[in-house]
Amino acid sequence: MTGTIDDPVASPKGTEEEGAKPAPGATSSSAIDSEQLVVLAPNVLADSVGDYFGAWWRRIKGGESGALPIIVGLIVICIFFEVQSSSFLTATNIVNLFVQAAFIILLGMAELYALILSEIDLSIGFVGAVGAAISLALIGSPQNWPWWLGIIVGMLACIVIGAFQGTIITRLKIPSFVVTLAGLLGWQGVLIYVFDVDKGAVGGVITVSNNIIDDLVSGNMTPWVGWIVLIVSVGLFGLVALTRTARRRSQGLTAPPVGVTIMMIGAVAVAGFVLVFVCNLNRGVLTTVEGVPWVIPFIVVVLAAQSFLLARTRLGRYIYAIGASPEAARRAGIHVSWIRTVAFALCSFTAGLAALVYASRLGSFSVGFDGGTYVLYAVAAAVIGGASLFGGHGKAIHPVLGGLVIATLTNGLALLNISTAGTDIATAAVLLVAVAVDSTLRRRGQSGTT
Amino acid sequence: MSDAADTPLLELRGVSKTFGAVQALDKVDLSVPAGKVTALVGDNGAGKSVTIKTISGLWAPSEGQILWQGKPVHIHSPNDAEALGITTIYQDLALCDNLDIVQNMFLGHEKLRFGLLDETAMELEARQTLADLHVTTVRSIRQPVASLSGGQRQSVAVAKAVMSAAKLVIMDEPTAALGVAQTREVLDLIKRLSSQGTAVMVVSHNLNDVFAVADQISVLYLGHLVAQGPASDFDTQIVVEFMTTGEASRPREQHAAASQSAGTGASAQ
Repeated sequence: MTGTIDDPVASPKGTEEEGAKPAPGATSSSAIDSEQLVVLAPNVLADSVGDYFGAWWRRIKGGESGALPIIVGLIVICIFFEVQSSSFLTATNIVNLFVQAAFIILLGMAELYALILSEIDLSIGFVGAVGAAISLALIGSPQNWPWWLGIIVGMLACIVIGAFQGTIITRLKIPSFVVTLAGLLGWQGVLIYVFDVDKGAVGGVITVSNNIIDDLVSGNMTPWVGWIVLIVSVGLFGLVALTRTARRRSQGLTAPPVGVTIMMIGAVAVAGFVLVFVCNLNRGVLTTVEGVPWVIPFIVVVLAAQSFLLARTRLGRYIYAIGASPEAARRAGIHVSWIRTVAFALCSFTAGLAALVYASRLGSFSVGFDGGTYVLYAVAAAVIGGASLFGGHGKAIHPVLGGLVIATLTNGLALLNISTAGTDIATAAVLLVAVAVDSTLRRRGQSGTT
Repeated sequence: MSDAADTPLLELRGVSKTFGAVQALDKVDLSVPAGKVTALVGDNGAGKSVTIKTISGLWAPSEGQILWQGKPVHIHSPNDAEALGITTIYQDLALCDNLDIVQNMFLGHEKLRFGLLDETAMELEARQTLADLHVTTVRSIRQPVASLSGGQRQSVAVAKAVMSAAKLVIMDEPTAALGVAQTREVLDLIKRLSSQGTAVMVVSHNLNDVFAVADQISVLYLGHLVAQGPASDFDTQIVVEFMTTGEASRPREQHAAASQSAGTGASAQ
């Protein structure tokens, strides 16, 4: 146990507000003291905004730091690069950075499904590549399918591959590491085969022939469209956040103070404003280049969808449950193998989206795609961002943050003219530091609660 | 008293279980009355675990009959047992550490609203169930189970069983890993559960705990049921004798009187 006991949040007023304790005189015999409780659940005891942030700060000190260290780390890295190189914080470079990060972020989101399950999927680099290659081959000549049909078929291929691997893992009870390691090798072979079969592939490269896929990364929103999308997104987010807390409060349940919710919405609005503002600056040299790249709203949509699926649906709840204790999940009547198979299919599907973004950025897809390395970056992104390698923990925002850190390092070190060797070593160091900080804080948190 | 009230909630008639050449249970006749606390005691290897696993459907008995509310039933799987209203809480409690109390209590039986998890309804119901059980030491039902003490975790597991409308809750060594205060907490919970009309079967080594809560005691010895009766018929000494030798040297009344005069009596009521 660490720290002091004097705790404003656990005042008598706070406990009376707690509707869950109807029995009088029993609260004093709480088996965990107030310090620990605040560490565990800051949002359930605070009545005012001040209390809330006090509790939040205690929680950080207690080891439940959440995403804070990684955000602080990201800011520190950005300040460092800005000091070192004046071209780091320019509109051109910031937009470039998001575009560079997009692929690893999405691949990290794919890997997240496996990580929460306490599994790993090494194959998603090449599985996604197979899906994207199939899509591009079908859309390009000589097939000339409609772009949307090509994408659907390619992504369906990813889902089928993921479900197939998931079935082997769950039915034959082979560790996912082994099955997806085989996948890493096998789907690379299939990728080469797709290039062999496709008559539109020239020299092992399929060119992106469709404007819509090309514009995903290379195209920008008209500035005013960017503003409208921002306003609508923030409005939706605010509406959802406010109605949820209002419903909880109307049922007599505890909810964060309204002030906190409004501040949260405000923070999102400010961050969105800055992002759209920077993207809408003219970053062209010869012609005008301005607007938010389409890939940014694309990532926001995937982020929202994944968060929604993990937090609001039975499927998501069961994925977390299985990641922590497959036996408990089985005894609760959950169809464990089915849920795991679906999660692997989702993992491969998201990887397919990531590979499409990759193709869009380069304008083509090459048979030399290094899916084996990218998968490891995806794991690194998720873990740097805060997902646990031991299963049961991780949110969709984690690979986003981790992917941004990796992209920022790559981008900043390149601006400083540091070699690939240096970039690799720096990324490795950040990965180690992130995991070390996380596990140290977590250990401190645990020793405080037992 | 009507006939129905005399019918035990659960009855094992001549149940045997063999594993190859090993006779784990031999013609056990066990009855569990409704709304009472039954303690199943026995030394290591007496067949306690085999008995509760048979009741909870992990395997079928090799011989004999299981009666539920007077009617013969076949319990082939844990789902069959759950459908009847039998919930077993094993020592590991089967909780997910990363989920909070509400999420654990509803795991596998989530409430939905428009196809999505209805957290508000689940939290309200979980709160009510915990309040009914007087589980008051938990300050927030939205804290992860990982942060709870052993007794609190046990309470969550019991509340989960109550929520599934269990008629019989079987608890395997519920106090084995707990300290004094937490043991007290769990024993109180067991009493409250039975006072609400739920039958509880407690498997335990700890005779102090057994005498603190049990209405009825059943003693297993090497796969045989050697004694069964109201807790008031037993005391610690006589139970130990049954557990270790399979028989008591003297009639119960004499035994009880002797031990009471010796000042070691612990018999309930």
